[in-house]
Amino acid sequence: MSKRIYITGIGMISAIGNNVPEILTSLEASKTGIGEITLFPTLHRGSLPMAEVKLSATQLLNLAGQNGSQQFTRTTLLGMVAAKEALKSAGIDAVDTWKTGLISATSVGGMDRTEHFYKEFLEDQSKGRLRDVINHDCGDSTERIAIELGINKLISTISTACSSSANTIIFGANLIRSGKAERVIAGGTDSVTKFTLNGFNTLMILDKRGCHPFDEHRAGLTLGEGAAYVVLESEEIVMKEGKQPLAELTGYGNANDAYHQTASSPDGTGPFLAMTKALKMSNLTPAEIDYINVHGTGTENNDLSEGIALERIFDPVPLFSSTKTYTGHTLGAAGAVEAVISILSIQNGMIFPNLQFSTPMKELNIRPVTEVLTGQNIRHVLSNSFGFGGNNSTLIISKPTYSS
Amino acid sequence: MSVFINDIGLISPQQTADPALFLPDVMEYTADYLQVINPNYKEFINPIAARRMSRLIKMGITSAKIALADAGCQMPDAIITGTGLGSVEDTEKILTEMNAGEQLMNPTPFIQSTYNTISSQIAITLKCHNYNSTYVHRTFSFESALQDALMQFEEKVAANVLVGGIDEMTWNHLQITRRAGHWKTDPVNNLKLLSYHTPGAFAGEGAAYFLLGNERCLSTYSTLRDVKTIYNREKATHVEDAVKTFLSANELDVNQLDAVILGYNGDSRYDGLYDQLGSGIFRQTQQVWYKHLCGEYYTSTGFALWLGANILKHQLVPAAVRFNNPNPDRLQHILIYNQYQNINHSLFLISR
Repeated sequence: MSKRIYITGIGMISAIGNNVPEILTSLEASKTGIGEITLFPTLHRGSLPMAEVKLSATQLLNLAGQNGSQQFTRTTLLGMVAAKEALKSAGIDAVDTWKTGLISATSVGGMDRTEHFYKEFLEDQSKGRLRDVINHDCGDSTERIAIELGINKLISTISTACSSSANTIIFGANLIRSGKAERVIAGGTDSVTKFTLNGFNTLMILDKRGCHPFDEHRAGLTLGEGAAYVVLESEEIVMKEGKQPLAELTGYGNANDAYHQTASSPDGTGPFLAMTKALKMSNLTPAEIDYINVHGTGTENNDLSEGIALERIFDPVPLFSSTKTYTGHTLGAAGAVEAVISILSIQNGMIFPNLQFSTPMKELNIRPVTEVLTGQNIRHVLSNSFGFGGNNSTLIISKPTYSS
Repeated sequence: MSVFINDIGLISPQQTADPALFLPDVMEYTADYLQVINPNYKEFINPIAARRMSRLIKMGITSAKIALADAGCQMPDAIITGTGLGSVEDTEKILTEMNAGEQLMNPTPFIQSTYNTISSQIAITLKCHNYNSTYVHRTFSFESALQDALMQFEEKVAANVLVGGIDEMTWNHLQITRRAGHWKTDPVNNLKLLSYHTPGAFAGEGAAYFLLGNERCLSTYSTLRDVKTIYNREKATHVEDAVKTFLSANELDVNQLDAVILGYNGDSRYDGLYDQLGSGIFRQTQQVWYKHLCGEYYTSTGFALWLGANILKHQLVPAAVRFNNPNPDRLQHILIYNQYQNINHSLFLISR
């Protein structure tokens, strides 16, 4: 039973880079990954932007170290790239030395292939290539990543919309605390699909100019794709192996807004509860939080609800930004993507800005960080992930107090 | 600390929606797949809200409400759902509309196709702001949900947890997965499922919610002691070892088991593993099967857990689920073992 949960490795791929060093370079240079849709034909090309990983199916297959003998969904390949980087970054050669689990999140699973299948299937039920659809379910991506990493002890998949991968980190940490696992690779992966693009478009919450979180003139979110994983390890592993952790997961909270399936409550109940629970668990006061990586999707509703909850808890509200202005909203991967960015902030003493901001929201008295800040002593970061269905989760990631 | 199964709501192809009944009659079907017997959803859900809900959401909310009725718990400390596929019907609607052109699409199916909709809709219905999560991993979906629930008790953050497993089948999805070789190609008589000896399982669906609590109450069925998953292609001897390890971690021995519920689904390619265990480690044990009653689906172990909990509560193994005939007169400990295509294996232990 481990009381402390350390993060010893990180891996990520997104529109701003294929690995953590590339991503750090883009973050430092305020270089966004949001641009035109190129990956699939759609009516919305040219009118709605997206944050794509600029790799074709073949390039991605190569990057994931696959020879092409098996078919993988884009979601799986993105996940493989990031999960392998996370293991490498944690200095893990053999996963079997400790009881290791993989808990992965996704919101669409293999939909990028399913939508191809369906086109033909709808015309004739005997048509459509089966290999395009058999990897549709969410568990498929997790199992294929697990096989690639050699993990067979404990695997599962979470899907709680946009908070999915924050919840994998919470579940992973609980597994370690209870002794069911000693090490968990936790995170998530999602590829952009025509399905998701059109789904969000029906809700009229996609900003044609790219997202402007926490701006008075915000008009919605921008979809992105990517994957990110963190390696969570018990105190025992870190001590016995003399590892230098990158960060410590000091608190987390999960609550439900229980207000509406897609809209957030006007008083920010769910966000307030998730943050309050996480602070309580970490034994930190609000004043001890140095930076908040907000959920900040750029929808009218989210930013207002989240902003109100921030003002209810923090006085003053600490430095904050939405890094979705770089990566787009990576849905099931977003919680882990932002956990990795939060760790980069701690490691490098930097805060990465909320791009595309100009006018503060009139309902709030807060404004995000809009330029790269360096030389910051960031001890504790609070990272929010809120999803449809009111699934709200908060992580608190801290500078490690332990050093080998 | 013990965790009790205090109440259950099950919507299945059998007459299970009334918790007062325990398989008085078994429903016999000859069909391509087993569909649930839909209760009168209007009795459980506001008709205005129900009109926009797809069937899976209605199944979820209704089975959850049944699971909260008898134990007198209005506000669980956590709501956790396992679903392998979420709302297949809504997903198909979007794909069909999208294929017709990416314009004027209806937002409702997209909202409901999100896997966490069932857990969320239950939270909204109950106005429950507590812990809420959804697991979506094939035949580990319900298992992970239960493992999460057990940890909520261990962490002492919960006194009552509502946890469920839910999946639906649609005609289109049956056609696709049939082509992929998952199911038998012709209609099946459910009660004769094991006489076909052909490849492919028999599909079904169901929604099961359980109210777990840290205290016994009047409606208590059994305790839920442990849940474990194994992800690997296993030989029967390895499964036997895993069973022994699982039982010994819970201070039990195979001889102390009064019944074992096995996940036979009629697929000649994979049922042999159960046969091997049945003539091996479980040869002295009362063997029970259940998928002829509910069909195969990712969260079918919800039905198995309902069955096991009822066997313990009623101290009775109904004839329709007996696989062999020891028919013990005292039922204290039951193991559930399920495997999906000999890759995803799961074990549950419940006690009286």
